[in-house]
Amino acid sequence: MTLADFIVTNAPALVVAIPLFAAFTCPAIGKISTAARNLWVMGAMLVTAAVAFILAFRVFSSGTAIYVFGAAATHLAVPLDSGGIPIRIIFTVDAMSAFMEIICAIVGTSVLLYSLSSESRNTSLEGYYALFLLMITGVFGMVSTGDIFNFFVFLEILSLASAGLIAYRIDGGLAVEAALKYFVLSTLGAILVLFAIGIYYGQYNALNIAMIAQRMQFTMLDKIALVFLVAALAMKCGAVPMHFWTPDAYSMAPSSVTAFLVVASQASLYGLFRVVFTMYNVTMNCFTVGWIIIILGVLSMVVGVTMAIPQKDIKRLMAYHAVSQTGYMLLGVGVGLAVLGNAALTSAFGFMAMEGGIFHIFNHAMYKGLLFLTAGAIFYRIGTRDLNKMGGLGHTMKYTMIFFIIGALAIAGIPPFNGFASKLMIYESVYLFNPILAIIAMVVSILTLASFVKVFHSVFMGPKLPEYADVKEAPLPMLVGMGILAAIVILFGLFPQLVVDGIVAPAAHALVNQGGYIAAVLGGA
Amino acid sequence: MLWNLPFITVVVLTFIGIVTVLMKRNLIKILLGINILESAVNLFLVSLGYREGGVAPIFTLAPSELMVLPTPQALTLTSIVIGVATSALVLSFAMVLHKKYGTVDIDKIRRLKE
Repeated sequence: MTLADFIVTNAPALVVAIPLFAAFTCPAIGKISTAARNLWVMGAMLVTAAVAFILAFRVFSSGTAIYVFGAAATHLAVPLDSGGIPIRIIFTVDAMSAFMEIICAIVGTSVLLYSLSSESRNTSLEGYYALFLLMITGVFGMVSTGDIFNFFVFLEILSLASAGLIAYRIDGGLAVEAALKYFVLSTLGAILVLFAIGIYYGQYNALNIAMIAQRMQFTMLDKIALVFLVAALAMKCGAVPMHFWTPDAYSMAPSSVTAFLVVASQASLYGLFRVVFTMYNVTMNCFTVGWIIIILGVLSMVVGVTMAIPQKDIKRLMAYHAVSQTGYMLLGVGVGLAVLGNAALTSAFGFMAMEGGIFHIFNHAMYKGLLFLTAGAIFYRIGTRDLNKMGGLGHTMKYTMIFFIIGALAIAGIPPFNGFASKLMIYESVYLFNPILAIIAMVVSILTLASFVKVFHSVFMGPKLPEYADVKEAPLPMLVGMGILAAIVILFGLFPQLVVDGIVAPAAHALVNQGGYIAAVLGGA
Repeated sequence: MLWNLPFITVVVLTFIGIVTVLMKRNLIKILLGINILESAVNLFLVSLGYREGGVAPIFTLAPSELMVLPTPQALTLTSIVIGVATSALVLSFAMVLHKKYGTVDIDKIRRLKE
């Protein structure tokens, strides 16, 4: 077997194994020299990203990839003598998972590149990079696993690593306080998830998502488990009314970490969608659950943006906008879920709403990552996050300003940037479902624009301030990291149809098509 | 009724855990509340896997062909390990906060809101 074959066959395991291995060897490599460690971390990330792209290409061209750990052959999900029960841990990478892996690979690479210089002033960076790679492991694991307990394990890896990184700059205890809030909530959420897993196992004797989906009866206990999972995962993705950890954690973490925390939240969003679409699908009352998700989405949009407007701290402001943007994804996918049982309505607008919501996940990861990185670059140069103390930075930090404009216009949904493409899909389809929801979404977008105009004005415009006279442009690795994301924001805004047809529509299909997911793992059906 | 006793214990432990997390102001006590909740989940998983007269799944020692599926035990072990990591991290946070703020009372750890 050649190396290429090996990589293609084992890609689902490698995307988790490489960062995990690199994370634990990182402190040892760090003993040699700083350059060796940076090279090691960056190399591991690039290899992981390459493998993730190979895997995504394989999934988009030839359908769902499954990987069975410890089996005679990696595609042998059901051992011949087990009586039709998949007993091993299985990774099931369908189009939706591959879609999330692309996001994680792109943001992970650019953020690590950015941290090479943004964190270079700090000591004990071995721990930082080790935890960062563990976060990447957690996200890749969460989106590719086909086993609900395995999902819980990766969720906990992600929470532990994220909490460590949020507290990483102790900052007189403030960062630790934010991390503590995040971590206690995450742990409570994880306990709920584990209760739900116990309920499924007790009823269906299975931990495999496809097996549970096939045997799903939607009993009273399943309803309780659904409530546990939706509550825990909605909390982890920062939806209102469980959003209060987001502004603290997002603003106190180093900016590079914040940009990746956005992806981490979206991995929880993926988990939420996986549960409602793949495990329950039409066995539950889609209309009610869909409306619950829509209401969570609308609340997040409105509360997020209204809380963002009065903020003085640039990262806290952006964090509230992140809550608000998560609302769009919940709204789009929630509308798709509400009409799931009805084929006519689904083809009329439900599917498009889902595509819009899923496309928005991608766009949000890119432009919000970019905005947090620009905020980090400003903080790196002037050492404050207070908007009232900034001003006139446009004279010296020209590239950062351009990247900020790109990100701000994208988040406000101005053409030709990517935020416009996905928001237009959400407006059009949601308008057919319920015009009021679409109008709320548009008003929130306008408020977002207003808020970012204010930020732009107070940070970059105005005369050069004497205290920032010798401020320089951000260092090159940071600019390259931001540049990658900015290029994608523009490209995806210019050619949205290619992206929608290429990766978004297959991902939405994969979510809706519960039978396909079950068949890919259990065969037949 | 008697075979439901483990599950009744789970409910009681969950209740104690939630009350502790919500009512206590001391960070260490909140952590203990989380640990009680974790114990409740672990007990839940183990009770699900219990079978009357079951035999441990060790092939060489099992007297009959009927053995207990070891999955719930494996889940519980994993969950215990994760619980240890959780406790260690929260305790280290408590140490740093105590050093910086001089208290572990969460009502006084509120500098973030400004």
